[in-house]
Amino acid sequence: MTHKPFAITLDVKSSLANHTGMWRSERPVYFDGLPPCNHACPAGEQIQAWLYSAEEADYETAWRRLVNDNPFPAVMGRVCYHPCETACNRAELDTSVGINSVERFLGDEAIRQGWTLPAPAPSTGKRVLVVGAGPAGLSAAYHLRRLGHAVEIRDAGSAAGGMMRYGIPTFRLPRDVLDAEIERLLSNGVELRLDTRVDDVEAAMREGSFDAAFLAVGAQLSHRAYIPAGQAARVVDALALLGSAAAGERPQLGRTVVVYGGGNTAMDAARTARRLGADDAIIVYRRTQAQMPANDIELEEALDEGVRIKWLNTIAAVDGGEVRLERMELDDEGVPQPTGEFETLDADAVVLALGQDVDRAIFDGIPGVAIVDGTVAVDDTMMTGHPGIFAGGDAVPSARSVTVSIGHGGTVARNIDRWLGMATASQLNGGAPAQAAPTSTPVPIAFGDLNSWYYSDAPHSVRPQLDAARRTTDFAEVVGGLDADTAVYEARRCMSCGNCFGCDNCFGVCPDNAVIKGDGPHGYSIDYDYCKGCGLCAAECPSGAIRMEPETS
Amino acid sequence: MSVKFYQVGSRAVGNRLLDITERTEQSNPDRRNALNSGHRACQGCGEALAARYVLDTAVRATNGRLVTVNATGCLEVFSTPYPESSWQLPWLHSLFANAPAVASGVAAAFHAQGRDDIRVLAQGGDGGTVDIGFACLSGMFERNDDVLYVCYDNEAYMNTGVQRSGATPPAARTATTEAVGPSPGNPFGQGKDAPRIAMAHDIAYVATATIADLHDLEAKVTQAMSIRGARYLHVLVPCPLGWGSAPAQTVQLARLAQRSGLFPVYEATDGTVTSVLPIRGRVPVEEYLRPQKRYAHLFAGAGRPDIVARLQQIADRNVARYGLIEEASR
Repeated sequence: MTHKPFAITLDVKSSLANHTGMWRSERPVYFDGLPPCNHACPAGEQIQAWLYSAEEADYETAWRRLVNDNPFPAVMGRVCYHPCETACNRAELDTSVGINSVERFLGDEAIRQGWTLPAPAPSTGKRVLVVGAGPAGLSAAYHLRRLGHAVEIRDAGSAAGGMMRYGIPTFRLPRDVLDAEIERLLSNGVELRLDTRVDDVEAAMREGSFDAAFLAVGAQLSHRAYIPAGQAARVVDALALLGSAAAGERPQLGRTVVVYGGGNTAMDAARTARRLGADDAIIVYRRTQAQMPANDIELEEALDEGVRIKWLNTIAAVDGGEVRLERMELDDEGVPQPTGEFETLDADAVVLALGQDVDRAIFDGIPGVAIVDGTVAVDDTMMTGHPGIFAGGDAVPSARSVTVSIGHGGTVARNIDRWLGMATASQLNGGAPAQAAPTSTPVPIAFGDLNSWYYSDAPHSVRPQLDAARRTTDFAEVVGGLDADTAVYEARRCMSCGNCFGCDNCFGVCPDNAVIKGDGPHGYSIDYDYCKGCGLCAAECPSGAIRMEPETS
Repeated sequence: MSVKFYQVGSRAVGNRLLDITERTEQSNPDRRNALNSGHRACQGCGEALAARYVLDTAVRATNGRLVTVNATGCLEVFSTPYPESSWQLPWLHSLFANAPAVASGVAAAFHAQGRDDIRVLAQGGDGGTVDIGFACLSGMFERNDDVLYVCYDNEAYMNTGVQRSGATPPAARTATTEAVGPSPGNPFGQGKDAPRIAMAHDIAYVATATIADLHDLEAKVTQAMSIRGARYLHVLVPCPLGWGSAPAQTVQLARLAQRSGLFPVYEATDGTVTSVLPIRGRVPVEEYLRPQKRYAHLFAGAGRPDIVARLQQIADRNVARYGLIEEASR
């Protein structure tokens, strides 16, 4: 049109000339919140990040993100008590995401596919001695090796694995799985010397020119309690029982077995006794169920297998096929007190599972190392009082689980690395996704931070369990794995707390078209020229990954 | 892959795990963006959001062969302060009362030119629709002109200072129904239920929707554009200014209106309701009313539980009338 219509004096202009962003008093900002699962994981896994890849059925990426922090996914997926699932926000919607089962699927898939762990960094010329080839020692060796340090593990036993091999029954952790993950870890250039007991750490460090040492010797001594026992009494130690059963031996315990103790070892011992032919396995524990240190999952599985539990009882004496129990009563402070009431149980054998102590022999000769209340004192960096000598795992005060020990391994590796003056901690996670770093807020994302309306109801998928009959007759693995479809389903139940997962809600719900969609999650950005700061994007973000911040000027 | 569940089901705008055909038009980075940035709607405007939702979908459904006619109202005022325009499609404004008639004329003109591929969509607020333009709208229905008329219902005349309209709900405070006296706010028993009146014309398609369920809204626009003749779509669009709510609550309030039963979401063909959007997680009306200052008088001091109960009865009647609760739903 060459001339303007009647009474029109101005050309039509776009409203883009009107920068409505000037109205804003608050601005939306994308951030990476700390998912509660990550916060709860003793091994420091970036769970939300690896689930994110698993949701896309990109199992290899998921596994690679996982082994960035934990080199034992297949073991974890079987023996971890998954505090992540306890912390999971999804529990408020229906049931927690089955993180542990997806982890196992990824671990098993990696073994099937033969995926290898990330290659070590170029050599730093530093040498680290690790004493103990249990979860803490192996995990530390893995991380130290990746950082480019030369690592030698020495273990007094004839096979690596520590309590994973000698303490956990095969029906919970098949040994081919354990062997595969250890072998993969060692193939990264970690040197392992078995049947090599270290008595003098300082001498070993001098002779081997080691720059630092990590003592992860565990707590291998069964705790003793004085129980009057007659000549005919058969009293065995739980660790010895578990060790021989794991080695394939079939010690005969008799028809009725009493297990004394309330920890996970007691549960494992009772379950093992059932499999060795005991018709009746009775756990005697002097406190109540609420006070029992054993994990609920283990307790439940033990009860499923017909294990009986006598709460609030102590063993007063053992003799000639009988156990004398004394009933206890909690006083006002919750401490069990004897009542003087007794009863007698038939028992062909008594298994003592009263906890484990640290063998202090290795520590005694080292100047500066202190043992406090039976465990090794370490500082915040897990270093003992002796410079360059670190300790972790069951030997230091901790919750004493495989997962905690693996976490110790990662932490201590970072700290040894720092102590060696090599690098900052961030280099350990050099390959980690940016979204995984929980730097922005130390408080985990709560259910209330999410917009849960967007999440579909999707109940937990249950892992298959072995038939009850077989669970008391042989040592086959009790809990089965997920198939690929179920694993994807389970991963997709993740609500991605605090982390963008690319749902386009912010891009959609902005009345001002002020959200720019780029590629993939984290590809969104705000056009602050037009964003009026209404907050709809933050309010409608399902995962709570946008927050409103006051404009400062 | 046959895995059905997604983190956000089918409710979010998109999802990287969803097949592209199952995502909404709003998740498409190349959407028309019919109402562009720089418009002067208030922060968190529900109507601005709905207009883009509806028009982007209609543009997709018509391959871009679309003309829109706009009644006077907020939408017209905030989008086109002369000489600026936010519209990225052919857009025509005439008067407050005559948008349906103008749209009928546009459709007739295209038909006369043999250009039936160009479709017409008329839009207005509740004032322009249920009050001022109602005669023209009824005529458009009655003549079965080939127009989709979309009413963005924010339940009062917001542009001129929140005066009551025929769509203002009972008990709501407006500038002309102050919260004073024994029955504060808008009186009970008045107002027009425009979608039901539209249905009474036995036109081919009538539907209601909210900005809280984008998939539902887009499906209805797409369905409407697949039909010839007079069609009517009524979209609930919360208004932070007139409702006295936080801008960030706009979508949430639309969701609560539907979940409480106060705003039934359904579609009707030839005058008969053919489907409803079932309520997922029903809430008492109080949960919807409380965040809105226009209902503050119902909760101040001892409150007015008697009035809240009457509003709950309206919701209950909607639930019964439209069958909004599915047996299997929570």
